[in-house]
Amino acid sequence: MKTIFEKSHPGRSTAYFAAAAPGEKPVSAYLPEKSLRAKPPGLPEVSELEIVRHFTELSHRTFSIDGNFYPLGSCTMKYNPKINEKIAAMAGFAKLHPLQPFDTVQGLLEIMWSLERMLAEIAGMDAVTLQPAAGAQGELTGLLLIRSHHQENKQDHRTQILIPDSAHGTNPATATLSGYKTVSVKSDGRGGVDLEDLKSKLSDKVAGMMITNPSTLGLFEENIREIADLVHKAGGLVYMDGANMNAIQGKARPGDFGIDVMHFNLHKTFSTPHGGGGPGSGPVACKKFLEPYLPVPRIVKDGSTFKFDGAQPKTIGKVKAFWGNVGMHIRAYTYIRFHGPEGIRRNAEHAVLNANYLMSKLKTRFKVAYPRVCMHEFVIDNTPYAKKTGVRTLDMAKRLLDYNYHPPTIYFPLIVHEAMMIEPTETESRETLDAFADAMLKIADEAKNTPDLVKKAPHTMPVKRLDEVRAAKNPNVKWCTPCDPPPPPEE
Amino acid sequence: MDYIQNTPADASDMLKSIGVKSIDDLFASIPEAVRLKRPLEIPPALPEQDLLAHLSALAARNRTFDAGRCFLGAGAYNHYVPAVVDALFSRGEFLSAYTPYQAEASQGTLQHIFEFQSMICELTGMDVANASHYDGGTALEEAVAMAVDHTERKKVVLSGGVNPQYRAVVKSLFKHLGATIVEVAQVRGQTPVATLKEAAQDAACIVIQNPNFLGGIEDVPAVAEIAHAAGALAVASVNPTALALLKSPGECGFDIAVGEGQPLGIDMNFGGPWAGFIAAKKEFIRGMPGRIVGETVDAEGKRGFTLTLQAREQHIRREKASSNICTNQALMALRATIYLETLGPGGLGRVAELCVQRAHELAEKIVKVPGVKVPFQYPFFHEFVAEIPHPAQTLTRLQERGFLGGLYLQPIFRDLRDHVLLCCTERNTSADIDAFVAALAESI
Repeated sequence: MKTIFEKSHPGRSTAYFAAAAPGEKPVSAYLPEKSLRAKPPGLPEVSELEIVRHFTELSHRTFSIDGNFYPLGSCTMKYNPKINEKIAAMAGFAKLHPLQPFDTVQGLLEIMWSLERMLAEIAGMDAVTLQPAAGAQGELTGLLLIRSHHQENKQDHRTQILIPDSAHGTNPATATLSGYKTVSVKSDGRGGVDLEDLKSKLSDKVAGMMITNPSTLGLFEENIREIADLVHKAGGLVYMDGANMNAIQGKARPGDFGIDVMHFNLHKTFSTPHGGGGPGSGPVACKKFLEPYLPVPRIVKDGSTFKFDGAQPKTIGKVKAFWGNVGMHIRAYTYIRFHGPEGIRRNAEHAVLNANYLMSKLKTRFKVAYPRVCMHEFVIDNTPYAKKTGVRTLDMAKRLLDYNYHPPTIYFPLIVHEAMMIEPTETESRETLDAFADAMLKIADEAKNTPDLVKKAPHTMPVKRLDEVRAAKNPNVKWCTPCDPPPPPEE
Repeated sequence: MDYIQNTPADASDMLKSIGVKSIDDLFASIPEAVRLKRPLEIPPALPEQDLLAHLSALAARNRTFDAGRCFLGAGAYNHYVPAVVDALFSRGEFLSAYTPYQAEASQGTLQHIFEFQSMICELTGMDVANASHYDGGTALEEAVAMAVDHTERKKVVLSGGVNPQYRAVVKSLFKHLGATIVEVAQVRGQTPVATLKEAAQDAACIVIQNPNFLGGIEDVPAVAEIAHAAGALAVASVNPTALALLKSPGECGFDIAVGEGQPLGIDMNFGGPWAGFIAAKKEFIRGMPGRIVGETVDAEGKRGFTLTLQAREQHIRREKASSNICTNQALMALRATIYLETLGPGGLGRVAELCVQRAHELAEKIVKVPGVKVPFQYPFFHEFVAEIPHPAQTLTRLQERGFLGGLYLQPIFRDLRDHVLLCCTERNTSADIDAFVAALAESI
């Protein structure tokens, strides 16, 4: 389809604002000529109807939870309730200026304060900040808390963060951004942290460990208490990446199994919309001894009044302008209040039930990387198919598109070669899981009988496989006219 | 209450198929000692009708100010949002999609991000832009990180005209990384170029905001020259609405431009979610943080879009990545994209023009109130500093009269004791301005 720039027709526009009145002074009467543009920016000129058709067509070219089963592992693509959107869009929330005096936003501050308390209870922690904009920023906040704690205790020689080899890429990237060196810890044969390898890497240089539990393999870390004890004995702290909290909410609490600080992903566990890649929201929960370092301002309750308190002498400062992705806090609050304690626990139970059910349907034909009861997701390893038929995980993923399913996460975690990481979530029906399993089994047959059909997939999407090498070699990241002629296609 | 579809009969059949007796058997890998054996202590569930009533009551305890009665800016701007933006934004396909890793099934998301990048480049005069960032403050922090990496220098010069919230974000990160932050205080609403020049030596970058936090138009080309003469990068934090009228940072010789997309059709949302942007000259593309969408062709030579240059990002480069960012603000960038394409050059230009005219109309009328002054004689876009008697008390009285007055500046700038920062947008009509001035006269 055309870009909006190719639909532009000079002179077309819709009136949203009063036209210039006679006698109105031009901008040059107020601003120095040398600061002004010679000509307006080259934005498209289209009618409102054309805009509506353009974005409607774009929406038709987008897989989504509303349209498709979307078992993207580690992303928790559960149903996003419509009531959350209706509430977040209310004028009493959406139209509030972030610097309004606090006595004019008591309802919203109460929501934020209550959400902090609910997240603290779900995490088994003492204090929460809602400020981080996403999980990765939550990780950064958490590591800066750990860093501040060590600095105050004259432990500046602690420069290393231990990270399991199954971890998401944001963990090591965050360690670097916080000024730490990453030391990788091996996984054992059951998919957990290798305790011997961990012990060999502990020393007085270790500032802490970042652990994901349940792990990116969809497994609960059975030795979590022992791991936390070992790190604590070496003088380090334990950070938990809460990406997979959907599996254990209401069943177990990180604060009870030795975690000092963690983040939540509200867009995963509490179903705020993923929006095509964001916004996320990454609240951080911590134990009492780390609370003094939390970002400012804190939300405090003074009698029956809610206030911001910026007077925290040990704070790491601000990690985001204003108070965080508040619209996401409202949605998460709404979601948790709808569920209550039983609903939250049932979410974990049925996420785990659905994942194990789907695994039981697939394990007859696919190799499960760690064949034991899983939590909310599991990883299959397509190496046997790749060796026998030349059909790789990427090909199977693309073929799933022809069956109208969004593929699972592929080639992650890195320790499983032809990984396909499948997370169905609790909101899918058994019929959907059965139909998806059928499609996977059909693709397994196709890989054997008609491998080319799978290798050339997808066949039904608006485009075929894209030339990613060319996109990276000669990056063309904006519309331009006239453009340099495109380079010849890669061989 | 929940959104689970499994009935008890489904669950029992599924457990049989798995080969376990109960759901709790599936949680056997959680050591007994750390299992939660009591219900969570959170409030009880509310069915949807009661939930809506509860949240409506909380919303009613927040005070919204009529569109034309908000004269507060300071980093969040009250603009008119055409109805078409909300209508298209709320399509479930956009709301409930995720990162376009599977390009063939995500051409919609990829193309709207490509159009966003294109228009950000057009507004900023830059060659490349990313798919959006958390917000304007973190976008600035990333631009500073790009400059520190690029120059291998650890000194950062920030104009005191940069939004204090953004400066705080930059400081929280870089103080841990051992960088030196030099802040150059403003003089009468503008950044003194001579002082910037003194501070520029050995700097990784010079950061300026235009229009600055107090609304003033800075001497932008001079700043780029000073930065480059010292071997530093020139970084501008800009307001995208103002760029409809002002010379772009690219045209003024800047290397990196960042900013906040909130004024482009994004509700104020009490500060977020919004959408930051980062744009740069093409030589910096491989050092840029975050997702970038590129144009390419498919196996049959047909045009398509895909995430590109992913070798920069954390999921590939891990501890060597240029940033730890994973998400962007795609959904909020979508609002900005719809807004810009709907308004076009004429509409956006008209918004900017009305902002300038209304703010100047307010400045002219407000000085007629006894005791009120506009002390700084700088050119300004849609915000300016006014001196009023007893500012804190006066703002409270204005609030009682239904107006959200300006920002009291003394808590941020100690020497601006009786000063407030006032803002006008296209939403403040001449009638609103007259009513505000009258209310101010009564409030002093």
